[in-house]
Amino acid sequence: MKDTPDFAIHAEHLSRYYTLGTAVIRSVDDVSLSVAPGEFVALLGASGSGKSTLLNLIAGLDRATAGSITVGGRNLAQMSSQELSHHRRLTVGMVFQSFNLIPSMTVFENVELPLRFAETERSSRQDVVRQALDRVELGQRISHRPTELSGGEQQRVSIARALINNPSILLADEPTGNLDSRTGGEIMNVIRRCNQDLKMTIVMVTHERSLAEKFAQRLVFMADGKVVTQSAAEPELAR
Amino acid sequence: MKSYDLLELAGRNLRESMLRNALTTAGISIGVASLVAMLSLGAGLQDLANRRLSKSGLFDTVYVTSLRDFRESDPDQRKQERKVDVSKARALDDAARKDLATIPGVLEVSPEVRFMGEVRYADATHAAFVAGLTQSAKENESFDGMKGRFFASATAPEAIVQLDFAKDLNEKDPNSVIGQELVLRYAERQSMAGSSSPGAVADDSNPNASLGGGGGFSVVRKEQPLKIVGIIEQEPFGGMRSISRARVFIPSQLVENLNMMQYSDMRGLTGDAAGEKTYLALVVRVASAGKVQQVQDAVKKLGYRTFSILDATKGLRRFFTVLDLFLGIFGSLALAVASLAIINTLVMAVLERRREIGIMKAIGASDGDVKTLFFAEAGAMGLLGGVFGVILGWGIGRAINFGTNLWLQRRDMPPETIWASPLWLIFAAIGFSIVVSLIAGLYPAARASKLDPVQALRYE
Repeated sequence: MKDTPDFAIHAEHLSRYYTLGTAVIRSVDDVSLSVAPGEFVALLGASGSGKSTLLNLIAGLDRATAGSITVGGRNLAQMSSQELSHHRRLTVGMVFQSFNLIPSMTVFENVELPLRFAETERSSRQDVVRQALDRVELGQRISHRPTELSGGEQQRVSIARALINNPSILLADEPTGNLDSRTGGEIMNVIRRCNQDLKMTIVMVTHERSLAEKFAQRLVFMADGKVVTQSAAEPELAR
Repeated sequence: MKSYDLLELAGRNLRESMLRNALTTAGISIGVASLVAMLSLGAGLQDLANRRLSKSGLFDTVYVTSLRDFRESDPDQRKQERKVDVSKARALDDAARKDLATIPGVLEVSPEVRFMGEVRYADATHAAFVAGLTQSAKENESFDGMKGRFFASATAPEAIVQLDFAKDLNEKDPNSVIGQELVLRYAERQSMAGSSSPGAVADDSNPNASLGGGGGFSVVRKEQPLKIVGIIEQEPFGGMRSISRARVFIPSQLVENLNMMQYSDMRGLTGDAAGEKTYLALVVRVASAGKVQQVQDAVKKLGYRTFSILDATKGLRRFFTVLDLFLGIFGSLALAVASLAIINTLVMAVLERRREIGIMKAIGASDGDVKTLFFAEAGAMGLLGGVFGVILGWGIGRAINFGTNLWLQRRDMPPETIWASPLWLIFAAIGFSIVVSLIAGLYPAARASKLDPVQALRYE
């Protein structure tokens, strides 16, 4: 398998199977997909189509059953557990539908957590966290707990946390799934800024086609673990 | 993850489930307290035994005898000693006494004085063994609770009597004998220069009864009035006691000045150098117990036989080692139970924080980070439990010591410290608590680190 440095993400015949009793569930089935650096790709499909599993494989949270997945020129299948955690820490940032903030920690502590795992010096953390929170317009809420924030605010904290180690790829799994359309629009604007201002590669899982068409440059449709169609989109800003 | 981050996160996690973690820590504390209590008791008893033995003068004393008189009971040593001709063995005389005094580490050399004397008190006559005591014997534990006082000087015409003997003198009020006078009748050794017979017995009431003798001596009956200055319960360890227990004690220098006859004088008559003053045994006091072996070796080189309690204490030390081991095992049982509580608490924490572990892994925590975090939590519980346990154990020890002394006081016995918590025990208990907690944290930490992040993130 040769390296593919021209792509931010390159999947080749990628499969992820699960066994449930005697049945084999092909969650991702022979998927080949490439994402260019700085591209904004939306993965669309019905529930159970395999889009979240594909995102987890790109994030290095899950391992492929077959095929290969190369992110930033490195094949995740050949990485050790330690290397995968390094990949999750510095190469990719993740945003989840349910925000996944730690409720016992304050906003500041939640955003600071990846810096602890990256062994960043304590003295420089304060400024980095403040800048990240200012970027998502939550600089005044640093000592609040997640339960004291609205859904939109929690998702912005989650984005700040995903960006704190300056990853090159942002992976968003239904980032607006738990939000109303107005708040969802605000969150999508934040993600779009990451793509346009920070030149980050974005892979977003959603089942809202309108949202995907509005913000993403390419739409990838999945069904039964396979990529069924791909189409270029004309994002709102480009129009 | 850096150490301070690890400790900060561990501390935060422990505070989150305050009650449960506090109860687990309390369990560890009780375990450590039980361990500390048991080992402190062992250490205290050992200290008490050491204190008693060292105050008894057993540890810093070497008994020196001539190979003429005593032989080793150990078969191997006997084999060596058999080669020594009795008649050629060095006598334990004044020259030997001087030689012994020059050995490095030797504080004092005094003769073992012990003889049968007759004591007259208030018109009644009593037979009693009399022993000489040096001034240094004052430090012996037998004088701790004595009635009256010790000898004013090494030559004072004073006597200290044993309590039972005081009761013989005055059954109704034994203490009243203090300040009274007794008369000691003893045999005085008088040199007989020019006499051809080896020995003679004379009575000063009838000097003509002497048989005379060249290298020999006369034995003359004498009397010495002595003021009773003190009463002690039991005889201090001033001799080998194989001869008999003394009931009247007088200054050893007085015995020498009065030339009181000893058994060794009779033994001296049969030797080649008949009539020379020899000693049955010399008591050598050493500067410290640690130098006893070195002094013993030096004395043996001079051609004498030695005896000290050092060999006997080896068995005692072995006994206390075994006792400590048993007490330690018994005390550790509670800590073993506490370690199960740690496992339970941390396994519960893994289940409860499953999603949190998933989040941490998703944002970059390695398996090792998660494992060390749980280890740190286990270690912190062990440290806190250890510190509180040591305090609790120390408190229990103080309480038991207090109770024991109250009990001893009611029985008119002097207070004792049967509890000792040396510094090494405190640090060892805390260290042991941390190690046990870390071992207990092995399984939960491994379980947490192996969690599949995808599964963990789905967990509600």
